[in-house]
Amino acid sequence: MMLKAKLLKARMLKAKIAGHVLTLAATVLLGGLLSAVLVRLAPGFDVDERELDPHLSAQSVQALRAAREQDQNIFRFYLSYMNRVAHGDLGKSFSLGQPVRTLLRDRAPTTLRLLALGLAMAWVAALALALSAAWLKASIFDAASTLLSAALLCLPAAVLALLSVLWNISGSLAIALIVFPRIYRYSRNLLTRSYSLPHIVTARAKGLGEARILLWHAIPGIAPQLLALAGVSVSMAVGAAIPVEALCGLPGVGQLAWQAALGRDLPLLVNITILVTLVTLLANSGADVIGQVFRSQES
Amino acid sequence: MNLWQKLASALLAGVLCAAATASWLAPRGYAGQDREAISEPPSRAHWLGTDELGRDRFARVLYGTRISLLLAPAAALLSTLMAAVIGGLAGYLGGTWARMAMAVTDLFLSLPWLFLLITARALMPLNVSPLFSVVVTFLLLGLLGWTTAARVLCASAASLRSADFVRQARAVGVSGQRLFWIHVLPNLKPVLFAQFWISIPVFILSEANLGILGLGVAEPMPSWGSLLKELEGLVSVGEEPWKFVPLALLVLVVMSFQSLLARQEEMTA
Repeated sequence: MMLKAKLLKARMLKAKIAGHVLTLAATVLLGGLLSAVLVRLAPGFDVDERELDPHLSAQSVQALRAAREQDQNIFRFYLSYMNRVAHGDLGKSFSLGQPVRTLLRDRAPTTLRLLALGLAMAWVAALALALSAAWLKASIFDAASTLLSAALLCLPAAVLALLSVLWNISGSLAIALIVFPRIYRYSRNLLTRSYSLPHIVTARAKGLGEARILLWHAIPGIAPQLLALAGVSVSMAVGAAIPVEALCGLPGVGQLAWQAALGRDLPLLVNITILVTLVTLLANSGADVIGQVFRSQES
Repeated sequence: MNLWQKLASALLAGVLCAAATASWLAPRGYAGQDREAISEPPSRAHWLGTDELGRDRFARVLYGTRISLLLAPAAALLSTLMAAVIGGLAGYLGGTWARMAMAVTDLFLSLPWLFLLITARALMPLNVSPLFSVVVTFLLLGLLGWTTAARVLCASAASLRSADFVRQARAVGVSGQRLFWIHVLPNLKPVLFAQFWISIPVFILSEANLGILGLGVAEPMPSWGSLLKELEGLVSVGEEPWKFVPLALLVLVVMSFQSLLARQEEMTA
C-alpha cells in the first residue's frame, strides 16, 4: 500500500515536471514564431546596402537577391531563424547596430546583480516584519509595517525609481522597495494563519521555544506557498528592473528593453521578452516542483 | 462602512467632481500657454504654478485626472468582460478547453506585466496623435490585463458547473449556451465586481509607469503618468514641492480604491 502511494506520488511529480518542460518548449516555439514574424516584418528587412556597392556586378546583385528570396516564405524563414537561435545567433539590433547576443551578455550581469540584491533585501525585510507581526499580534509595530507596505503598494514602480535617484539610494534598494510590500502582505497572512493553527498553539502552550516552533512547525507548513511566492517575486523584480534601470541610468537588460521600445527595435525587444519569460517560467517551475516535493514528503 | 471607507468614498467623489468640472474650473484648458510665466511657482493666477511650456499645472492635473479616472475604469471593464468570457467559458466547459485556456493564461501571467506592456506598446506607432495614444494606452491595458481575473473566474465557473441548479437546468433540457449566459454568468457577478475593482488601481499605476517611461499618453494631452514625468528633473524634494501634487493625488486615489475594495470583499464574503 505504502509502495503504491509512493509510486503514485513519483508519477505525479514526473507529470508535473513534464508539464513544465512542455510549457517551456511551447514558449520557445511560440516566442520564436512571434520573433521571426516581427523580424521579417521589421522596416528595412528587404533592404541590403551591399546592393548599392558599385563594385558588385549585376550577377552578384542578382545572387544577393536570390539569397533573400528564400526568406520571403515566413515558415521557411521561421525554421532558419530557429536554427540560428539554436546556434546562439539571436540576430542584430538595428537601433544599436550590435548583435543581440553581445548586448545581452554585456548587460545581464548588471541586471542579475540588481535583482539578486533587491530580492534578498526584500525577502529579509518582509520575512522579518511578517514574523514580528505573527509573534506580536495587533501591535503598533504590525500596524506600522502594514501601513508602510500599503503606502508602497500605492506608488508606481517608476516613481519609486525616480525617488531613489532623488534621494541617492541604490537601484537594488528601489527594487527591494517595489517587491517588499507584495512579499510582506502574503507572507504575513501565511505566518499569522500558521501561528493560529491548533498544533502550534499547543506547542507554544507546552513551552516549546520560538525558534523551534518557527523552524520545525510553522515554516514547513507554509513552505510550498512561500516557494511559489519566491517564484512570483522573481517575475515582479524582473518587471521592476525596467523603470529602475531606465530611470537610474543602470546599463542592464531592463534599460535595454526600454531603449528598444523607444526605438521600436522589435527584434531586440521580442528577444529580450522571450528570454525574460523563460527566466520567470524557470523560476516559477522550479518553485512549483520543489513545492510539490515538499508536499509529497509531508503527506 | 468604516470611517476610512467613508473618507475614501468622499475623496473619490470630490476628485471625480473636480475632474468632471475641469473645463469650468480651468477654462484655459490643458494646452493653453502663458509665455510670460514659464516654470513659475504657484501664484493667484496659476494655483500650482506652470510647466516649462507655460501651461497651467492645476489645469493639467484636473484634465489628467479626468483622463486617468475615466479610462482606467473603462480598461478595467474591458479586461473584466474578456476575463468573464474566456475564464468563465473555460471553467464552464471544463476539460481540454479549460486546460488550453489556462495554459495560455499561465503563459501570459509568467510574462512580467511591464515587459508585456512595453512590447505591445512598441508594436504600435509611437508618433501618433495624442487622442490615439490615450486610446491605445488604455486599450492595451484592457486587452492585456484579463489574465489574473480569468484564472479566478475559471475556478469560480468550474465550481458552478457541478452546482445543483446547473445540473437541474441541464436535466430539464436548457441549452448549453443559455445555461452559460442566463444561469452561470449572473452567478459570477460578485467575482466580476471584485475583479473590476481590483483592476482599476492596477491600471492607474500601470499607466503612470508607462507615462513616466515615455510610452504612455502623448503630449500635450495630460495624464497622471505624463504629469509625473516632471519629477525626473528634480534635484531635491523641497525644491518645487508643488510638482508632487499629481503624485499625492494618485496615491490618495489608489488608496481610496483599495480601501473600497476591502469593503467590496467584506460584502462578497
